[in-house]
Amino acid sequence: MRISMSNQFRTTNSNGLINKNKILNFTFNGQTFQGYEGDTLASALIANGVHLVGRSFKYHRPRGFLGVGVEEPNAMVQLHEGDRSEPNIMATEVELVEGLVANSQNCWPSVKFDIGEINNLLNRFFPAGFYYKTFMWPKSFWYKIYEPVIRKAAGMGIAPLNPDPDRYEHNYEHCDVLVVGSGPSGLASALAAAKNGARVILAEDKAHFGGSLLNDDVTIGNMSGREWASDVISQLKNLPNVVVKNRSQVFGYYDHNMTVMFERVSDHIEKPSQYTPRQRLHYIRAGEVIVSTGSIERPISFGNNDRPGILLASAAREYMKVYETLVGKKPIIFTNNDTAYSTALEFLKNDITPIILDTRDNSDGELVKEVQNQGIQIRFNSGIANTKGHLKIKSATIGKLDSDKENFISYEEVECDCICMSGGWTPTVHLSSQAGNKLKFKEEIDAYVPDQKRQKETAVGAANGSYTLDQSLAEGFQVGFELSNKFTSNNSKTDTPMSKEPSQESHEKLWCMPLPNGKKPKRFIDFQNDVAVSDVELALREGFRSIEHVKRYTTLGMAGDQGKTSNLNGLQYVSKIEKKIVPEVGHTTFRPPYTPVTIGTIVGREVGNHYLPTRKSPIHKWHEENNAVFVAAGLWVRPRYYPRGNETMNDAVNREAANVRKNVGICDVTTLGKIDIKGPDAPEFLNRIYTNAWLKLPVGKARYGVMLREDGMVMDDGTTSRISENHFHMTTTTAQAANVLSHLEYYLQVVWPELDVNVLSTTEQFAGVAVAGPKSRELLTKMFPSIDLSNEGLPFMGLIDTKLGDIPARIYRISFSGELAYEVNVESDYGLHLWKKIMEAGSDFGVQPYGTEALSTLRIEMGHVAGPELDGRTIPFDVGLNGMVSQKKDFIGKRSLSKEAFVAEDRQTIVGLVPVDKKSKIPEGSHIVENDKAPTPNPKLGHVSSSCWSVEYNNPFSIAIMKDGKKQIGKTLFAVSPLKDISIPVEVVSSHYVDPKGERVRS
Amino acid sequence: MLEIRCPYCGKRSQNEFSYGGDGNIKRPTLGEEINTKDWDDFVYFRDNPRGKHTELWHHTSGCRQWFKASRDTATHEIFATCKMNEDFNE
Ligand SMILES: [Zn+2]
Repeated sequence: MRISMSNQFRTTNSNGLINKNKILNFTFNGQTFQGYEGDTLASALIANGVHLVGRSFKYHRPRGFLGVGVEEPNAMVQLHEGDRSEPNIMATEVELVEGLVANSQNCWPSVKFDIGEINNLLNRFFPAGFYYKTFMWPKSFWYKIYEPVIRKAAGMGIAPLNPDPDRYEHNYEHCDVLVVGSGPSGLASALAAAKNGARVILAEDKAHFGGSLLNDDVTIGNMSGREWASDVISQLKNLPNVVVKNRSQVFGYYDHNMTVMFERVSDHIEKPSQYTPRQRLHYIRAGEVIVSTGSIERPISFGNNDRPGILLASAAREYMKVYETLVGKKPIIFTNNDTAYSTALEFLKNDITPIILDTRDNSDGELVKEVQNQGIQIRFNSGIANTKGHLKIKSATIGKLDSDKENFISYEEVECDCICMSGGWTPTVHLSSQAGNKLKFKEEIDAYVPDQKRQKETAVGAANGSYTLDQSLAEGFQVGFELSNKFTSNNSKTDTPMSKEPSQESHEKLWCMPLPNGKKPKRFIDFQNDVAVSDVELALREGFRSIEHVKRYTTLGMAGDQGKTSNLNGLQYVSKIEKKIVPEVGHTTFRPPYTPVTIGTIVGREVGNHYLPTRKSPIHKWHEENNAVFVAAGLWVRPRYYPRGNETMNDAVNREAANVRKNVGICDVTTLGKIDIKGPDAPEFLNRIYTNAWLKLPVGKARYGVMLREDGMVMDDGTTSRISENHFHMTTTTAQAANVLSHLEYYLQVVWPELDVNVLSTTEQFAGVAVAGPKSRELLTKMFPSIDLSNEGLPFMGLIDTKLGDIPARIYRISFSGELAYEVNVESDYGLHLWKKIMEAGSDFGVQPYGTEALSTLRIEMGHVAGPELDGRTIPFDVGLNGMVSQKKDFIGKRSLSKEAFVAEDRQTIVGLVPVDKKSKIPEGSHIVENDKAPTPNPKLGHVSSSCWSVEYNNPFSIAIMKDGKKQIGKTLFAVSPLKDISIPVEVVSSHYVDPKGERVRS
Repeated sequence: MLEIRCPYCGKRSQNEFSYGGDGNIKRPTLGEEINTKDWDDFVYFRDNPRGKHTELWHHTSGCRQWFKASRDTATHEIFATCKMNEDFNE
């Protein structure tokens, strides 16, 4: 590593905004450089004479800086190293910090010698639409050959593979007036609105406020433009109703005036505090949005106009005025308008005499006059035909234009080290367009400006096509006052100060130079997407007429750049060839984000454990301490099984399930949905919700219920108990709890508001423990000695309110496992206590906890349906619940059950499957077919919904839903899983594999 | 993201609400005979108008109330919202 001669390209004056007393070291492509505090990576590189920063996307052409801010299409770098490494970062937007590391991208082995540059030599083989045309055939080549090669060649930067170590935040804001951009019109609107008492947010993308006032030599009141900007900012900062944000880009405009802003909070700080996020995303709901986003200078298309050292005249000026950096010492200024002359004047201040080429015949603007007064001869009617210089511009072929400016009439070769071009200005209408504003074409500036608004959005200043300072300030103060009046009653108006700036003459409508004699160099329009004039010509020649099609065929104006510097030039060129006016060509749609935003910012804090809330039962701690392996059940975390010693999952699950069949097991069922239902019409309501009858359920009894959607599909099932005359306790499956509550609320509030019923979720209020197995009665009798738990005292589907010590407890005689079983509920805070008491009392009876896997095994063996069967595609008949459907009363979804397909003779229904070899496990999701050797498409009879290892019979068992299922019982069919290349001969049996008569639950 | 005025709570962001479909649909009366076509129309068929549409919303992450909204399906403008037992005051 060597230290280079540093900062040879700095201005002689020091009126910029950098601090030369603070030197910062940074590394680019392995070489160490020095810049100053206040530099961007771009200004510091240019100050060190570095213009070559990367390779272009398609042709791998050497590229440098075109701009100075968000408009930069070329100078994208890979920033930082390791896990913080970030691809595709605009060097113009990176503030320099000590130790910054950046590298070129899209080049190999180095930016100076890049293998991919062969694409440039072969460029006639890479025309617009090349990928569409070439890689069509044969299809199989696409995945294996074309795509991997293209991906490798076409990539930009490299994404890091590890998690992002930085922290990002989201923030929600509301304000009366959001002002986007702090140029003259933005500052004026913010000041006027704020002084009138509105709550104002002012957002500026750059580190410094002021926009064009930082670069233009103008006077406002008795201050320079810069002084006025900083005066306004300090006034705003002192007002309590104003939030002023720099380094903040409003990049998206969504419905109902929701805008999204991206703030670079600590990227510019060498060692940020650990409590500072790296970046922040602000969701701002604004009463009114003032779009004061200014304008972006347009390039000019001419032969090889993309060499490093060729940049926008406004960028060259800002590098000099803000960053005290010279983009070159032998400049050519090439323009079709007056504004570039202020760049010429800035060079002259640094004792550098530029060559000035102006396509126009003449101009009497004050800037032009001032340049001429300094003795500089301007070459009117001139343009650039071509340039030379491989890795950096060395010379230009300049030419005299003929009278209709379609040809050059003479040429001259001129040495230079930079070209500062200006094709006029394009209002930054992206946000207005995103807001739904129908843009209109403004002839005198040859650009689109906002017109018919759809949202509460108003463009002012250059973004509105108002290019003079007078107009910008007047609009800003007026609009800021008027809009703020909607929110305050102060009616206090701020006076617009007098301003003074040099007068300007109009631009020439010429953005593309003729080709030099006998040569066909590329004349680029879109630098980021490598789209040249010839590509647009080709697209039109091939019949693409819609501007949206031209955009997609050529990629003009796409991707991260969103056509900031290329859009209008592309349109102008299409309109010229098509001989249409631009408004007839139309414009493409602007989409958010206006500038690239890090994924970290979009995601914010919703990463890792914060991605979703986690719900844990009050017994969770015990499960953790007792070696539970957990599984996610929606947001809940539930014990899946509790392995002992070296047990595998299968070992543990079989042991837990077998222990329930033999002794007694307990399972944490707190996660089941619970809904409290109260009111005089509660029985009637349940009668309408469920398929079975509810009016006569006695107090103190539970009943199993099935509810349907209106289309007849089963929505959920569960047990509901009558606590008192008008009070019911409903349970739902864990997965459907929230949906069932919304469903009940819908029918009560929307469909049958006359029913006097209230519903409330009580899922969190109760902890539940299932106690299942032949010894469950003995266990509970030991715990609750005062209660009669005999079959007469508490019969199947009964419930008893009692106490565990001083704690109220409710015991339900219900069963999901098919065994004699109970469920005990206590208030949540006592859940852990209850669980421990049961474990303690159960030690004499061989009690063991069981998890969701054993729970599944037990219910599958019994043929009890659950989520996999109630998948939204099954009616009660399909899942063996036809007996639950009342013929006497009407209920939600009943009418659908008589639809033709639902009563078909061969309607699908539930069956059991046992592999013929009694060994092979049948994968869930397998298809059932009659002949596994039949040619495809092999007709499918049904699918396997749930599979387990039957602990009762010690062989695999599955539930399937199959066409004409009951008639298939006894047959041997095949369960096939083509993805896994599995085919298993299976015997079809009843889905009630264990205890088909249901004697155990009633024992 | 839309901003929706819950008639009970006031203006809130869309992420607190769930959409509940066409607000003009009347469920057939329980227990009454209905032919298959009318039933299918109720269960499956909805108009998909461009422009003003009466629809239901549920303040799911709020007061849990269902209410009516009059919204332009093209521009997303919400003209009015009201409780289920009220009419729009437009
Ligand atoms: Zn509400």
